[in-house]
Amino acid sequence: MSDAIVEYRGISKFFAGIRALENVDFACSPGSIHAILGENGAGKSTLIKIMSGVLQPDAGEIRLEGKPVTFPTPDAANRAGIVCMFQELSLIPDLSVADNICISDPPRRFGLIDGRAQVARAEELLARVRCEDVDPRSLVRELSLSRRQMVEIAKALGRKPKVLILDEATSALTSRDVQTVYDLLAELKAEGVASLFISHRMHEVDALCDTLSVFRNGQHIETFSKGEKSEREIVHLMIGRDVEAQFPPKPPLTSADERGTPLLKVQGLKWENKLNGVDLSVCRGEIVGLGGLDGQGQKELLLALFGALRDVDGDVTIGERKGIPSSPAGAKSATTRMALVPEDRKTEGLMLGMPISDNLLAASYGKISRGPFIDPALARHAVEDGLRKLQIKIGSADDPVMTLSGGNQQKVVIAKWLMIDPDIILLNDPTRGIDVGTKQEIYRLMRALANEGKAILFYSSDYAELIGCCDRVSVLYDGRVVSEQEGDAITEESLVAASLNIDVEAA
Amino acid sequence: MHAVNWKRWLLQNVGFASALLLLTVLYISYNILHPRGFSSAVAVQNANETAAIAFVAMAQTLPVLLGGLDLSVGAVMTLTSCIASHLVNGSPAEILFGMVLTLLSGTAFGLMNGLIVVYGRIQPIIATLATGAIAIGLALLVRPKPGGDVDGDLNWALTNSVFDFAETYGLADGGNAWWLRPIANIPVPVILVALIAILVWVPFRRSVTGRTVYAIGSAEGPAFMSGLPIHRAKIAAFTIGGFFAACGGLYLAIQTSSGNADIQQAGAYTLNSIAAVVLGGTSLLGGIGSAIGSIVGAMILRVISFYFRILDIDPLLQPLIEGVVLLVAVSFGAFRTLRVKNKLDLFR
Repeated sequence: MSDAIVEYRGISKFFAGIRALENVDFACSPGSIHAILGENGAGKSTLIKIMSGVLQPDAGEIRLEGKPVTFPTPDAANRAGIVCMFQELSLIPDLSVADNICISDPPRRFGLIDGRAQVARAEELLARVRCEDVDPRSLVRELSLSRRQMVEIAKALGRKPKVLILDEATSALTSRDVQTVYDLLAELKAEGVASLFISHRMHEVDALCDTLSVFRNGQHIETFSKGEKSEREIVHLMIGRDVEAQFPPKPPLTSADERGTPLLKVQGLKWENKLNGVDLSVCRGEIVGLGGLDGQGQKELLLALFGALRDVDGDVTIGERKGIPSSPAGAKSATTRMALVPEDRKTEGLMLGMPISDNLLAASYGKISRGPFIDPALARHAVEDGLRKLQIKIGSADDPVMTLSGGNQQKVVIAKWLMIDPDIILLNDPTRGIDVGTKQEIYRLMRALANEGKAILFYSSDYAELIGCCDRVSVLYDGRVVSEQEGDAITEESLVAASLNIDVEAA
Repeated sequence: MHAVNWKRWLLQNVGFASALLLLTVLYISYNILHPRGFSSAVAVQNANETAAIAFVAMAQTLPVLLGGLDLSVGAVMTLTSCIASHLVNGSPAEILFGMVLTLLSGTAFGLMNGLIVVYGRIQPIIATLATGAIAIGLALLVRPKPGGDVDGDLNWALTNSVFDFAETYGLADGGNAWWLRPIANIPVPVILVALIAILVWVPFRRSVTGRTVYAIGSAEGPAFMSGLPIHRAKIAAFTIGGFFAACGGLYLAIQTSSGNADIQQAGAYTLNSIAAVVLGGTSLLGGIGSAIGSIVGAMILRVISFYFRILDIDPLLQPLIEGVVLLVAVSFGAFRTLRVKNKLDLFR
């Protein structure tokens, strides 16, 4: 592939020994729109972060137009003509639209930024993305998310890219804007720009791209032209692995009548633009999975149920009570107690510098206090109890929790919540980044808790876990449940297809 | 400017606009209540008392725009005023040399703050807590006992009206030139603060480095991802802060004709500078505000203290009332948190 504009040769990247990309060869050609497909954690974002100078590869070589290059910073990649639009927008909220569009290289007069020329340039670029309605002098924080995304596109265009990377660039756009982006990409293609397109929307990929590359487990599986493979074959390429973990046996499938009244019932849950009417229910003794690709509202759903979001709309019944708890404190102390194992144990789950014992007790001080004072004997007893139940391996309970391995840290988070004896347990990807052995312990624990009569709502980005652990799975897409599956009907193919919002049977 | 532009400017600068309004109301009513209100003498006296804190407030603005705090601004002002009390005298050339050296020493101190924050990776508040103590220590070495000798003509010329300035140095027909008339009654410190703001702050704000300062305070991640010169901007912010603090120190030395390594005064100036920055509409979270606003904030603080003199209020009440004004002003900024939809965001 000598005509490639960007070429990867044997690129590898590891995070703390965990493979994110391994020995990847990859190339994209000028004048093409190239889709990158893969499950969560397949290495797509690492691939583009390396290309845009955010991450440095551990091994291998990048060639730009045939010459080896390195990009120590995003700035270096920009100057070489590689421009990336990230999912998390790179706009600065308190600066004006024009400031943002021209941020890295504004027009200058006598060495100072020329405000008028800057507005003119911004107007020109905004016109190119058909956003004449955006005033270049307004602040970015005054704009809606979809307008911001268009400003982001205008900003990227202003850098005259040779390679344009769009990471979920259309996720927040209105359909009119999506069309604008399509037209724009076609124009750029004609001008010889290579566009890399990462999207979870199969129909967009279908409509737009001429080349597709599938990634899986940090490896580049295959690159092929559009139309060479059916959607079904593409889904197969994206999965293609063995289920490795061992799961505890599930109880026989029950019908809705046998399950009885749900302990947690959610109808039409809405929040901002992340949740667009979620319906689901969880009964006692049940593990209900939340499926779908990252960022389809799973995290927000769990946070909303736990009372961490404001202005949530919809009908929620928890036990006997209607309504969402007003705060996490309310969620854990209501008649029907709720616990949330959050997404990021390091920032939301644990106080890393504090002792293991204090972390274990953090949610249940009420139980171990006499009057306003913590009873040391009760506290010690509770800590020992928690450590024993989850078999957490520690030196001393007084050590800071950050001295533990990832798996044991996660067990501390779970043990903390089990101390309040919750009725409903919300789990946000609890096995992320922990070893296989601990994963299996967590699976067994979840099943044991369900058998005790707890209701468990379990989000996992790993489809194998959903299949192995859950009695039922609700797949989220764009803030709504698009598919509910139960028992043997939960398969990798059905989950992947549902998470892309396509119908494999029809394809 | 079009009406639409005015409206947008107001919306985008609510904090600054309300500070300006508050100052106007306070100062006009002060002059009405004052027995010799609306006179040049009153304006000159007020301006002399405000210039140093205005400079120090400008110095504080830059670190605050980055999302930090500089606890050394008062100390740097004290240090530079002690240096100036030794150097600013003698022949005109010597005086000029002394002034330049004073300003350079403050600028260098700011540069050091910036280098420590950027390359030492120390939070600004802690780094400047330490360097502020160092500055006071140096000031005590430079001037163990209050005193000094600052050129008397300079003192007279810079602490009075433009007319007196011209008369002192025999400029513009001894101050009687026709073209000087319109500005003859303006106090010199007002001109000085305005000049420094226009010559240093305004160009800085319109430079890429200056804009990067705002970008860092607003959202450092995107600023980095956009390839902005983050280190350069942080160092520049502290360096220019040091320069503004040195302007304050130099003026204080000229105004008092002496230097005094007064620890309490340094601390009071630092705390007042933070209050002035906040009153002037700059967000303590960074990214929003301007040094011009801080000048207005400093003026508000001073005008409040002027009221104590003319209304014969017990001066013991002054800290209490200043505190209440500050608290009320800052509370308006807290309305932002009511709009946050994800409560976790409040902790980020």
